[in-house]
Amino acid sequence: MTTVLIGGCASTQAHLVNTGLGPFYDGVLHLVLSPDEMLGVAGMALLAGLGGAQFGRIALFTLPLAWLAGSMLGMTGRINLVFPAATGLALLIIGMLVAWDRALPPSMKPVIPAVFGLFMGLMNGAAATAGSLRMSGLIGVAATVFVLVALLAAFTVWLAGRPPWTRIVVRVAGSWIAAIGLLLTGWALR
Amino acid sequence: MGSLLFLAVIVGTLPAQAHVEGDMAGGLTAGLWHPISGLDHVLAMVAVGLWGAQLGKPAVWTLPVAFPLVMAFGAFMGLMGIGLPGVEIGIAVSGIALGAMVLAEAKPPLWFAAALVGLFAIFHGHAHGTELPEDASGVLYSIGFVTATGCLHGCGIAIGLVHRWPVGRIVLRAAGAVVATGGCLFLWRAVA
Repeated sequence: MTTVLIGGCASTQAHLVNTGLGPFYDGVLHLVLSPDEMLGVAGMALLAGLGGAQFGRIALFTLPLAWLAGSMLGMTGRINLVFPAATGLALLIIGMLVAWDRALPPSMKPVIPAVFGLFMGLMNGAAATAGSLRMSGLIGVAATVFVLVALLAAFTVWLAGRPPWTRIVVRVAGSWIAAIGLLLTGWALR
Repeated sequence: MGSLLFLAVIVGTLPAQAHVEGDMAGGLTAGLWHPISGLDHVLAMVAVGLWGAQLGKPAVWTLPVAFPLVMAFGAFMGLMGIGLPGVEIGIAVSGIALGAMVLAEAKPPLWFAAALVGLFAIFHGHAHGTELPEDASGVLYSIGFVTATGCLHGCGIAIGLVHRWPVGRIVLRAAGAVVATGGCLFLWRAVA
């Protein structure tokens, strides 16, 4: 009996993307464990927060919906935007917009999170096809995007209304995201 | 028998391996370590923060926003294999020039300060770009690399806050002299 137990005990492998709680939570964890996607969400939330509460509210609903729509499109495999430097370029652009900190035209406020969400979602959907993430997993990803944008954009709106240096902190964070995006682009293209 | 069974389970079960991925964690560590592993880089990064603190607003904020971007551009050039002549000399000269600026408490126009810092940032970034490890996680390495560089600037700015006191100004200028001397040593090494 003892021999059987000793011989039969294998090592426990806790794969973090497989939560065991179902595909919804797998989707949540998939996003949380993807630093490049997390940076993209953070960059978009910072940009929305810098643009004020109204932009924050627009991004709060537009980004997750566009992300979900893009993921669903990506899962079909009909549109393939996956190229090596895609994520790096997306981070570079969004980070530059945060670092630049210029007032955006009102017409652009829904467009930027929609395009960014679609783009990131398309890549996410393609990855989901390759992995085991299904529709409820994609909803988990979109729900996490919603929560992250809600928290970070609200914090940025509050922060940007404080003394001028706090706004600079957000811009520095944007320049870091842009720099990471540029490095990732070079990394992908080398 | 019960306790023997319990012992068998405890001994026989190997530890749970709940880590993300070994090379990812390694990528972050390598990225954080790389900018602080060379004294020539550290001196120049801190000197940027010191000079920014001396220059006051808006330079103290403009330089840390611009520097990571320009340095990343230099690293991008290095990654793409775009050559830059005299990188080591450029890095050493950056220490001399930035140290001299802090020593002299120079206050040139903002565009000149930004251009000078940006020029040296390309040399530093290029050196980092050509030395990036092949097998590390790109995204986590980049996060670590940019964070460490930004924190070095932050250290320089924090040290530079002593500029508000008369004794602090002297201390800052002395720090500039140290940085410039270090730059001379690195230039000697690069040329010799």
